[in-house]
Amino acid sequence: MYEGIIQDLIDELGRLPGIGPKSAQRIAFHIVQSERVDVNRLVEVLRLVKEKVKFCSQCFNVAEEEECKICRDPRRDPAVICVVEESKDVVAIERTREFRGKYHVLGGAISPIDGIGPDQLKIRELLTRLSDDRITEIIIATDPNLEGEATATYLARTLKPLGIKISRLASGLPVGGDLEYADEVTLGRAFEGRRALDL
Amino acid sequence: MALYRDQAVVIRTQKLGEADRIVTLISREHGRIRAVAKGVRRTKSKFGARLEPASYVDLQLYTGKTFDVVTQVESLENFGDAISHDYQKWTIASAILEAAERFTSNEGEPALQQFLLLTGGLKALAHESHDPSLILDAYLLRSLSIAGYAPSMTICSRCEAPGPHKYFSLVGGGSVCVNCKPSASATPSVETLQLMSDLLTGNWDDADISELKHRREASGLVAAYLQWHLEKGLRSLPMVERASS
Ligand SMILES: [Zn+2]
Ligand SMILES: [Zn+2]
Repeated sequence: MYEGIIQDLIDELGRLPGIGPKSAQRIAFHIVQSERVDVNRLVEVLRLVKEKVKFCSQCFNVAEEEECKICRDPRRDPAVICVVEESKDVVAIERTREFRGKYHVLGGAISPIDGIGPDQLKIRELLTRLSDDRITEIIIATDPNLEGEATATYLARTLKPLGIKISRLASGLPVGGDLEYADEVTLGRAFEGRRALDL
Repeated sequence: MALYRDQAVVIRTQKLGEADRIVTLISREHGRIRAVAKGVRRTKSKFGARLEPASYVDLQLYTGKTFDVVTQVESLENFGDAISHDYQKWTIASAILEAAERFTSNEGEPALQQFLLLTGGLKALAHESHDPSLILDAYLLRSLSIAGYAPSMTICSRCEAPGPHKYFSLVGGGSVCVNCKPSASATPSVETLQLMSDLLTGNWDDADISELKHRREASGLVAAYLQWHLEKGLRSLPMVERASS
């Protein structure tokens, strides 16, 4: 334990996802040793991000306006929606250049042990979106791990009565990993080989 | 840096840093363990999907300062496929895993009975040996029992008068007779108490043919009883999908 403000900083950093106690300490001391102008720039970006960045009213991807760039792009196919867990998955899929439809960002995966059920995700909002009858296909691209699979299972069951074509990214994706770590080639192939889900 | 080997069930995983995970396990010999699996989120990780929740594995670890570190994993049984492709089972497995974590309160303290109950519960769920919702209630009752909180289902928990009795009390420790009953006692049906007793003792022949209304009542009592004994309720329990037919 350190004293006062430095410990407060370590505690705050330690609350960030993926930052363990050791990393929090390392980052805190890095900040202490940094030039004031560098730290001020960080503070300013943090402030701006909270002020300017919101979630797209359509797909819940990060956006700086009411709707994100993808939703506003008239060249994107409105008939196909790819459902992902987080905004970083949108970035990973965009890198493949395989997908020309739109997205829906759930905000995570169903994980009851963490208190996250369907109501904590943007699933109701997805159902509302689907009343648009231009939409003919849903591609479920949740992470290829257990929570992602269970979320796909739930979505398939919930969406089935709507009579929309539902598919899941092909199982060429390595299981247990995060979608964002899949290389473009593998992820692109997974799109081509997506399989229909019938439950 | 001491190496050790054990069998364990993965309870939960949390992301750590760029590509690692902290894995919470309940093991046969070392009780609850928290360990780091390095690089497990990379798509070419040697661990693959073997360290996902509900995996039953044989693994090797070394003792670290903050966390132990996983060095090798072999899958003993994969419950994940059966569980993640059936949403009801997923919610039930989550509740089982969360309960197992809560009932092993201290890291490193051997908890062989909870470990055996856990592997047995997941196996029954994956193979659907019985109705999934009944498997959960049997699991919770037996966990309570191992922890020393088994509710009395027939004799009065206070004066030991032979039952069955009409009243059931959380405070009173289960069945209570008319003379001993605290003011806030439930009055479940005799069949419900019988079902709970069957689930606790493993009398599946009778439990399997119980009626839905008694199963529902039993689930409610088990949940309330569990909540009473654990300081905080299980987060996953309200999300469990109960039987519909
Ligand atoms: Zn959008
Ligand atoms: Zn009595």
